[in-house]
Amino acid sequence: MAKAKGAIVVDEVKCKGCGVCVTACPTKVIELAAEVNGKGYHYAYMAHPDNCIGCANCGIVCPDTCITVYRAKAGATA
Amino acid sequence: MSDINTIIKPENIIYKKTDVLTDNVMHYCPGCSHGTVHKLIAEVIEEMGIQETTIGIAPVGCSVLAYNYLEIDWQEAAHGRAPALATAVKRLMPEKYVFSYQGDGDLAAIGTAETIHACNRGENIVMVFINNGIYGMTGGQMAPTTLPGMPASTCPAGRDVSHDGAPIKISELLAQLPGTCYVTRQSVHTAANVRKTKKALRKAFENQAANKGTSLVEVVSTCSSGWKMTPTKANEWMEENMFPYYPLGDMKNE
Ligand SMILES: Cc1ncc(C[n+]2csc(CCOP(=O)(O)OP(=O)(O)O)c2C)c(N)n1
Ligand code: SF4
Ligand code: SF4
Ligand code: SF4
Ligand SMILES: [Mg+2]
Repeated sequence: MAKAKGAIVVDEVKCKGCGVCVTACPTKVIELAAEVNGKGYHYAYMAHPDNCIGCANCGIVCPDTCITVYRAKAGATA
Repeated sequence: MSDINTIIKPENIIYKKTDVLTDNVMHYCPGCSHGTVHKLIAEVIEEMGIQETTIGIAPVGCSVLAYNYLEIDWQEAAHGRAPALATAVKRLMPEKYVFSYQGDGDLAAIGTAETIHACNRGENIVMVFINNGIYGMTGGQMAPTTLPGMPASTCPAGRDVSHDGAPIKISELLAQLPGTCYVTRQSVHTAANVRKTKKALRKAFENQAANKGTSLVEVVSTCSSGWKMTPTKANEWMEENMFPYYPLGDMKNE
């Protein structure tokens, strides 16, 4: 099991389920949920959190700026 | 999962929404490029520290409500008239940063005259041009930028060049005018492209600070609703079809 270097928090209420972040993630962390949010959108979530490298690609491409990206400081033990 | 909870701490944040964006939920369709470009302008304004001194000119088109999303001063122009209004604002308040934000119907159809003459006069403004090849707001009618063969609600069988003329490459045209100092075409469909577009916007605002003339940043964009595709399919379609006709890169950088 890979150890996560990064993590994201998706604003599930705001997310429109466009899937642009899913395509942008180089390590296939993100999927769209089977459930829908209040607006009826299949919101994005970390399906494979261990793969996250904290590159911020998902946050950068999100048109609705729903994603906050975190990266562990180099050398920090989780 | 324990990993994740130790990573999610304020000191580890490397990307978050800039405060120059309001908390309003954007009315744009899922995946719409307008949202991404709004965010980039907001980030550039934050990084340059010019939130109090920037005035945006909103267009008619889907981005007519842009003033709801960036916490800066705005004026709302009549359809196509944003470059004329930007001219007035900048001339009256030369110490402000002034930018217009316009779609292809706004900038390259109804506002063609205002666009060309503002650029020709070399007004010291930034023009942000969202080229999604269609009239998004009004239901996907053909625009001057609609590609040959591309269907739209007013040309369901696709644009017929023998009848409608060829799509206009207005940025190439504007690059010919002596008043423009910077004309570039970018996109926001991948993280790498988003980063490049942000650099281009930054350069455009810096050109204004240096009194260099008109900077035009075209962003080849998607309109998944008008194109009748999912947002990810629209991004692929844009790469395959829009980029060959509207190649990315700088047309002018003086
Ligand atoms: C004077 C005038 N003519 C026509 C319209 C109708 N109208 C509203 S938006 C629009 C086209 C917008 O297309 P574009 O500029 O490409 O913006 P998009 O919605 O694609 O971002 C038109 C023709 C109008 N509002 N005012
Ligand atoms: S890019 Fe943003 S809005 Fe689209 S699915 Fe991802 S988090 Fe949701
Ligand atoms: S930060 Fe990078 S690796 Fe992590 S989910 Fe986002 S795109 Fe994927
Ligand atoms: S109609 Fe097109 S341009 Fe308008 S918000 Fe929807 S996707 Fe964006
Ligand atoms: Mg348009």
